[in-house]
Amino acid sequence: MGNYLLRRLLIALPSLLGISVVLFTVLALAPGDPFSEMVQNPNVPPEVAANLRKQFGLDDPVWQRYFRWLFAMLQGDWGFSFISRIDVDKLILGRVPVTLAVIGASQILALLIALPVGVISAARPYSWFDRIASTFALIGFSLPTFFTGLLLILVFSIKLDWLPFVFRADISATGWEWWRQNILQAIMPVTVLGLLQGASWTRYVRSAVLDVIRLDYVTTARSKGLKERAVILKHVVRNALIPVVTLVALTMPLVFGGAIITEQIFRIPGIGSLLIDAILRNDTPVIMAVTFVFACLVILFNLIADLLYGWLDPRISYR
Amino acid sequence: MAGSIPASAIASVVATAALPRRSVSPWAEAWRRFRRHRLAVIGLVVLCIMVLMVAFGPMLWKLSINDIDFSARLNTPSWAHPFGTDDLGQDIFARMLYGGRISLAVGVAAMLMAMLVGVTIGAIAGISRGAVDAALMWLTDLFLSLPQLPLLLILIYLFRDSLKQAFGPEVGVFILIVLVIGGFRWMPVARLVRAQFFSLREKEFVEAARALGASVPRQVYRHILPNSLGPVIVAGTIDVAAAIIAESTLSFLGLGFPPDIPTWGRILFDSKEYLDIAPHWAMFPGTAIFLAVLCINFVGDGLRDALDPRRVL
Repeated sequence: MGNYLLRRLLIALPSLLGISVVLFTVLALAPGDPFSEMVQNPNVPPEVAANLRKQFGLDDPVWQRYFRWLFAMLQGDWGFSFISRIDVDKLILGRVPVTLAVIGASQILALLIALPVGVISAARPYSWFDRIASTFALIGFSLPTFFTGLLLILVFSIKLDWLPFVFRADISATGWEWWRQNILQAIMPVTVLGLLQGASWTRYVRSAVLDVIRLDYVTTARSKGLKERAVILKHVVRNALIPVVTLVALTMPLVFGGAIITEQIFRIPGIGSLLIDAILRNDTPVIMAVTFVFACLVILFNLIADLLYGWLDPRISYR
Repeated sequence: MAGSIPASAIASVVATAALPRRSVSPWAEAWRRFRRHRLAVIGLVVLCIMVLMVAFGPMLWKLSINDIDFSARLNTPSWAHPFGTDDLGQDIFARMLYGGRISLAVGVAAMLMAMLVGVTIGAIAGISRGAVDAALMWLTDLFLSLPQLPLLLILIYLFRDSLKQAFGPEVGVFILIVLVIGGFRWMPVARLVRAQFFSLREKEFVEAARALGASVPRQVYRHILPNSLGPVIVAGTIDVAAAIIAESTLSFLGLGFPPDIPTWGRILFDSKEYLDIAPHWAMFPGTAIFLAVLCINFVGDGLRDALDPRRVL
């Protein structure tokens, strides 16, 4: 297993390098950089702008800049945000906890919906419960997050005035009050993300359970006289969940993508809204770093999926 | 109990209904199976109505999409403006009819692009094993592990202006969005086609064609490709829905089409600030996106039942 992990990490490295090359090239090819606005600014003399460009090496060839960036990155120097006037790594670290909390809570909600609904649907396929659940799953899966977000804001913030619709990271209250306010403001974003994920996972759980429930060993368990409940929970679900676990790990990157939109709607100060701000304000070091963090997350979760798969299913060996 | 659960809800019904055998073409057969999926048929009908409305609506509904009328700001729906007006007094119904063309066209065009690239790469990888296959699959995996939404945003933001200058605002942004969305959605299709090719390549009928001296291109075009299309069509249908959502997402984040091209996502983006005083403004485009996506997904579901190669029959 240790051997396998090492080899997988070695395979992941070239992919990460490839992704960073792609990102860097795209950003370097594109018109506009942090200093292009400064050039147009009449208060900045052209010599100063040229000196600054030189100091940050913006006129060097692309490959030189790439290697400089790569080595700086490896040494833990993620660059400096020209717009926010703060180190990029501090900026990102300050934003990550909120994103992780919202995403984590929404994933738990999604699993709480998807597991029971999917299993019950598959245990009685084509029953009325299954039909209703499938229809709702398809509806939930077709609702774009930005629309659900606006709907929830409209109903719960504007009409009913129950929940705040701007997410604040700087709540001054302490103790229980702090928890209460945070939970209140997190309800809507978590619901939006959780419902979308829950709907699509329900479909996967259902088909995974259906695949297993037809196997011979399940018939054996039934003919031994086990209760249906025990057959489903002990024999079917345990095996059916193997592909589902992989799927959950593999869809994490998509979830982070969905979080970008949710953070934008509810104005959550997470890394998704940081990325959008950085893009709109041409803050190249931040764009590069956040995108790279996203790429690392994709590869990390792919790796976790592979490891989990082998651990859950002994039929798959690490070779 | 093994195998007692049919692969699809309609399979057993069809099995009994088809007892008096007549020769039917595969497409007629698929259409008959598709009609059994009631929600899919409803979805198809609603979708057709939407397409007809955006195709011919702007010719019948004569109000201009950018006539500014400050005396009719943020009006709620009425007979003069069935969907109300926005903050500039523009008729939302007219804007939605016009913008719907672009929203739906982006979906279809991005799907075609994804299909074209995916089928080509999957077919080449599937037929030519060895190094070519390995290289193409590495490329597919690399694309799969790119962070899609961030890259999508960056690409659009960075290249919007240069393409606008080259092709004009409407066509330029359209080309860019289709290329970018299509360019990030071909990987599942490529994998699907490759897997289909792997199994079909060894089937007896292909072997027979090979034995009769069919060239590799003929084997592919005549025998393997037509038989692998079922799942690809299903994936393509779902891709249209995904592309529509992707375009609306970009427009909603303010990184899609410019304000004078009111796609549904763009109208939603503009309406966001007025949610408290003019909720109708956000409801109509949002519902339109949702309805289009839902109908396409239902149609895709019906097609899966109709074209499933593992169908029980």
